[in-house]
Order: sequence, then C-alpha cells, then structure tokens
Amino acid sequence: MWDKLSFSHGVHPPEHKDRSSGVPIRRMPFPEEIVLPLRQHAGKPARLLVKVGDRVERGDKVAEADGFVSVPIHSSAAGEVVGIGWWPHPDGSMAEAVRIKVEKFSPQIPRPRVIPRWEGLDPQGVVAAVQKGGVVGLGGAAFPTHVKLLPPKDTPIEVLLINGAECEPFLTTDHRTMVEYPDRVWFGVRIMMKALDVSRAVVGIEKNKPDAIEILEKAKPGDLNAKVIGLTVKYPQGAEKMLIKAVTGREVPSGKLPMHVGAVVQNVGTIACIAEIFETGLPLIERVVTVTGPGVNKPGNLIVPVGAKIKDLLKFCGGIKDNVTEVLSGGPMMGAAQPDLDAPATKGVTGIVVLTDKESRPRTVYPCISCGHCLDACPMFLNPSLMGKLSQTAQYQEMTERANLWDCMLCGACSYVCPSNIPLSQMFGMAKYQLGRIRRKEDAA
Amino acid sequence: MSDRDMTLSPEERLLLTASPHLKSPDSTPKIMWNVVGSLVPIVLVAVYYFGPSAILVMAAAILGALAVEYLFGPKRSLWDGSAAITGILLGLCLPAGFPLWMAFLGGAFGIGFGKLVFGGLGQNPFNPALVGRAFLQAAFPTAITTWPRPDLAWSAWRGPNFSFPLLTGEAPDGITLRTGEVADGITEATPLGAWKFDGELTETFGLVIGNTGGSLGETAGLLILLCGGYLAVRRYLNWRIPVGIFATVFVFSEILYLINGEAFPPPFFMLFSGGLMLGAMYMATDMVTSPVTNLGSWIFAVGIGLIVVLVRVWGGLPEGVMYAILIMNAFVPFIDRATQPKVFGHIPPEEKAEEATA
Repeated sequence: MWDKLSFSHGVHPPEHKDRSSGVPIRRMPFPEEIVLPLRQHAGKPARLLVKVGDRVERGDKVAEADGFVSVPIHSSAAGEVVGIGWWPHPDGSMAEAVRIKVEKFSPQIPRPRVIPRWEGLDPQGVVAAVQKGGVVGLGGAAFPTHVKLLPPKDTPIEVLLINGAECEPFLTTDHRTMVEYPDRVWFGVRIMMKALDVSRAVVGIEKNKPDAIEILEKAKPGDLNAKVIGLTVKYPQGAEKMLIKAVTGREVPSGKLPMHVGAVVQNVGTIACIAEIFETGLPLIERVVTVTGPGVNKPGNLIVPVGAKIKDLLKFCGGIKDNVTEVLSGGPMMGAAQPDLDAPATKGVTGIVVLTDKESRPRTVYPCISCGHCLDACPMFLNPSLMGKLSQTAQYQEMTERANLWDCMLCGACSYVCPSNIPLSQMFGMAKYQLGRIRRKEDAA
Repeated sequence: MSDRDMTLSPEERLLLTASPHLKSPDSTPKIMWNVVGSLVPIVLVAVYYFGPSAILVMAAAILGALAVEYLFGPKRSLWDGSAAITGILLGLCLPAGFPLWMAFLGGAFGIGFGKLVFGGLGQNPFNPALVGRAFLQAAFPTAITTWPRPDLAWSAWRGPNFSFPLLTGEAPDGITLRTGEVADGITEATPLGAWKFDGELTETFGLVIGNTGGSLGETAGLLILLCGGYLAVRRYLNWRIPVGIFATVFVFSEILYLINGEAFPPPFFMLFSGGLMLGAMYMATDMVTSPVTNLGSWIFAVGIGLIVVLVRVWGGLPEGVMYAILIMNAFVPFIDRATQPKVFGHIPPEEKAEEATA
C-alpha cells in the first residue's frame, strides 16, 4: 500500500517550510523597472514586438510566440521600453531582455479582456487561449502549458494529475495557493478536464501540508470527479514521473512523456493561473513567489509582477542579512545561485531562497568510497557512482551508453547524500551540456 | 552589449555553487570516525582480556598504518580516518604477544601496498587491513598463529612482543623468546584450532563473551555484533553484507551438521568462532571494497559465507575468513557490473519483444 502513495528511493532533506508556510500571500508594489527576458519558457524564445521608446500598457504583448513550443510575453506593468539587450537571467545565464520603466503614477489599469471567457469555448479554443495567455508550467520548468494539452490523437488521456507535492525544501507558493485559493484551483481543474476531455482528476499533495489537503477537500465541487490524496513526504515527490508512479503505479517509459501512460501532470500553481486568466481576462503577468531562507529578514509569499528584479523582491521582504552567502532562484535542491540580484523573477521562478554562511560553506571533496548511498537515493534507479567516475575522465558518451545519463533529471538527490561531497548532479549537468555541444557541432558540420 | 550599471555591489560577495545547495550531514570523515568510535569498546575488551600486550600490538599496527599514510598519502588524508581504521582492524586480528615490529610492518604494508599504490582512499580493490594481515601470515606464519592463554592477561607479558629487530627480550617467567618461538606453557589453541586439530568444541558462553584464545579483537562475538549493529543502524555499513554472511554460514554449516554431527561443528560454533564476527561486520563491509549495489552485496556476502565454511571444514587452515573476504573483494567489479540497478522506465528486453509482437 505504501508504495502506491510514493515512489522508491529518494531523500529526506530538512523541509524548512515553517518560515513562510503560514504567511498569507501579499501583493508586492510595482518596482521602478521590470525586465522581461524573451526566454522565460522551455522551447523557442519569444519574438520581439517592441522597440526602445515604445509605450506599453499593463498586459500588452511585448513578444510573440515563435512557433508551437513557445508562448508570448506580456508586460506586467504600464511604462516605457527603455532598453533591449542582454541581461542576467535567473537561471544563471544572460538572455536578451526588454526593460520597461514603470510609469510612476499610472493606475496600472489593464486593457480590457484579452483572454475570452471559457464558457463558450471548445477544447481547441481553451488550448489556444492558454497559449495566448502566455501560460507556462509554474512549478519551475516553465514548459509551455498548451503543448501538454494537445496529446496526439492515438494517445488517450485517462487522468489529469495536479501536482501539489511541492517537495523542494523552503518553497511554499503551491501550499499557500491551495490554502488561499481552493476555489480557483478547482475552477482550473474543471477547465483542464474539459480541454483534455478527461473524466478523472487527482490532486497529489505531500502529507506535510494537511491544511491544504483539508481545505481543498472541503472546497471540492460535488459534480467534479476528482480526489485529493496525501503523498509520502519525500524528495523528489513532485517530479512528474515520480508523481505518476505514486498516484497510478505506472512508470513513464524512458524517453517518453507522461501522456504515454495516459496521464497529464499540471502544477497546482499553473492550474490556478489558468483559472485566473479566464476569470480576469488578463494574460500571465504575475505569479506567486516565496521569498524565504534564513538570510532574509521578513520571509513571505508575494504576488510579483513578472520581471520584477530579485533585489526588489528582497527589499520588499525587509532586505537581506549581513552573513548572506547565496541567493537562489528556485528551491535549494534544483535552484540556481544568482551572481547578480538584478536578474528578474521570470515566469519560472518559484521562489527566492537566501542562504547564509551557516547553510552554505565550502565543502571538501573526498574520493568516492563506493558507499552506494547515491544508488539508494536515485529516484530513477541510476548508478550515480559509476556515472561520476566516468564523468571525471570525460567519458560522456559512455555515460549515456553504460549508465543511462539521459534518464537523469538532475534532481540532486545523489549530491545531497554523497558523504564525499562529490558534486554529482553538477557533473551530470555538465556531461549533458557537453554532449549537446558535440551534437550541435556535428549537426552544423 | 549591455547598458546596465556595472558598478560593484554587495553581490560581489555572493557564492556561486551548483545545486543542490543543501547537503545531508553525513561526510566521509564522519563515517570513518564513527567506525573508529564503534571499534573502541572492542579495543577495550581486547585490553581487558589480553592485557598491556594488546595495547602495544594495536598501537604498533596503527602507527605503521598512520606513518605510511602520512608519508606517502595525499595531503591531509590522515584526517579522513580511513588509515586509522585499517590500523585498528589489523591490530584486532593479530594475536597478543605478536612482535611489535611485525605489527608495525603489517600496518605499513597494508596501507602502502593495500591502498596507496592503487591511488589511495576509494581506489583499492582489497581491504588494506586484510592485505596487511595476509602479508604477515605469509611472512611470519608461526608468530601469527601463536595465541597466548587469555587467563594470564595481566600477570605476564604475552610472548615475544619485544623480539628482534627491536631487541630480544626475556619474558618474566624466564623463557627466552625469539620470533615465533614460544614455550608451550603460555599458549593456547583457538577454538577453531582446537576443533580442527583436536576435535574439541569450546563452550558457547565463552565464544559469545570472548573469554577464549584467539586474536585480540576477534573473540568477543556479542560485542562485535552490537558495535557493528550501531553502524548498520546509522547506515554506515550495509547490513545486507553481515546478514548475508551469517545466514550463509549458518545454513551451510547446519546442513553439514545435520548430515554428520560428529565430523562437522554445529552452526552456532561456526558463527562465533574465529574472525567471522569481526570480518563480517567490519572488513567485508568496507565500503570501498564491497559492491556498490544492494543485490551485489547479497551475492558478495553469500560468496564469503560459502568460502569461509569451505576453508574451515575442508581446507588446510583452521580459519578462512581473511581469504574469503580477499577472494570476494577480487570479484567486486564483476559483481557490480552484473548487478546494475534496473533503471526507472526501462522495459526489460523480453517485455519489449512481447510489446512488439502484440
């Protein structure tokens, strides 16, 4: 029975959620400037529509979807485009971005409804509206949501899974969303079920959020064939494949998508966001971000205009302490350390975690002692020990052939448990990147 | 390129490390020093049973191991604790009264040729303590199989501790002792030797609490179980290995005992005699030289158990734990290769074939 509600392996990092899990969501004031990278989603970056000097209203498109796996980007505030160029991206890189100087005394009234009401729409219409609204997965990966809603004709979808696991330590955005907006979540579920034409929906929530489970259960509309289940508290329970395994018992085949086992997974925040765009008629221009960690003075959950700079978020949360060593976008297990707090909170930023010298300190790397803890941690049943040894000698090709590197999702469970502090998931990320470079070079030749 | 303000800011001091940014509290030195700590009761009991000689022998072995690690090992590798473990374990499987210079040499050889020649911690195929012991057994076969009587623990020096090359000593009771030359009066056969050569069975209680002849730290079976059990609970050793070894030895010797109770010893005697407890709990479970997969650990353990019984019952030596572990150490790379975990979402080939035909 127990394995029905979880997956095998995984790790138990300390949760650290108390700091912000009880703090209600607050709206952050508009900052002086917002920065909108054209690449805020997985897939092709959006195509620029504005030029320097243009004036935009709140909700206006600044970039257009470029192809199917792409979404438009909308301005989250009224103002003037003051710059277009390279800017730090919260994933740690640089990206082309539009900078908009927010108009100081604007009432920030958006243009009237750009997303149609959902009642009259057929499933295709709903999907088109979701793309038009610029909706991406808000759980962190920022995959364009409409792509998941269009499975090929020959793969029937049996169940819609709503991911409320929120297994990353520190983060509480999904938790607060479920507690404060249960009706919105259910409205989103209804829309999704119609768009996908599925008859069954399951909301999976880790058992460390009993209030969310209770409130959602209570708010559930009677006519909806949906249920809420509590999942074992374990990282990475919120990984798509792990959630499907926990709820349905099925394993998504290697290299395949959840739809191949009849499931579509949507993050609960994405679901609420979809409900919101149909309610308000506004595209995705704001999201909930948890600003937390021992290094931040007033942790909390904020509604943030997409593109607000990390430093503005931190300023609103009372600033950071003197002994801060790291500022992360996303959770501590998969999030990226920020070199520059001018980077904006994009659509994919779930949280800003500020760590101090107590949590993050330089660690001595010892040789691998083959303890096997990483094998017991890996949710994909890989052999990180072997992969690590291969990657140390740059045998990237062997890593794919002998050790199934491509099945690795870089969840970091192996690095977390490694007693020798070997940066395993970093090495695997590097290997994947190098292989990608080799492939691109070969394609170009 | 960018028109943004590039002036320095407090961000200059931000660290940039790769995810995950959290780390479990376990570390390699912590594991190693926990092993050392768990060995302390065993060491104390060895001193209790065998007297000052136990301290000397163990100290010599530890010193040999640490000296070579310090001189030839990587920088600061002394502090990871692994060389200390090797020294203590080697000391624990030597008899009291063992010449100190030999013990020192054993520790030095174990670390030097059992570990550092392969590249240090994590690279060695064989357990360094057992390499040291195998070397001593080959070089000084008499000295290493001369076990003094435990009841003389505190009243007499136990054999030729200070023999050549340090100096040729005279034992207090007037017997001149040189290497490997011990008068009958103060030695005693181990339970295994007594059974093998004289057909005598040592009483169970003595085996469990350790009040028998034998190497320093091998006699107190129950205590070793407890100390090893602590490590297993903390997940600092893979419990599958000792459990697999004990189960195999028990089942195999039970079968033999049922076939012929006269010729073969009872399984309980097999479990608690000789170096099986210490070997199964502390040497076979050496993370570096045991399989990395759980299935592999079971195979490894069963192999050790089988070889132990085979050597003890049919071999020329009374004890086979050392060779059993060393032989299975050699198979670890093959075992690891053959027991790779089944990757999530990978369909086994036979099912794939079915899928294709369906």
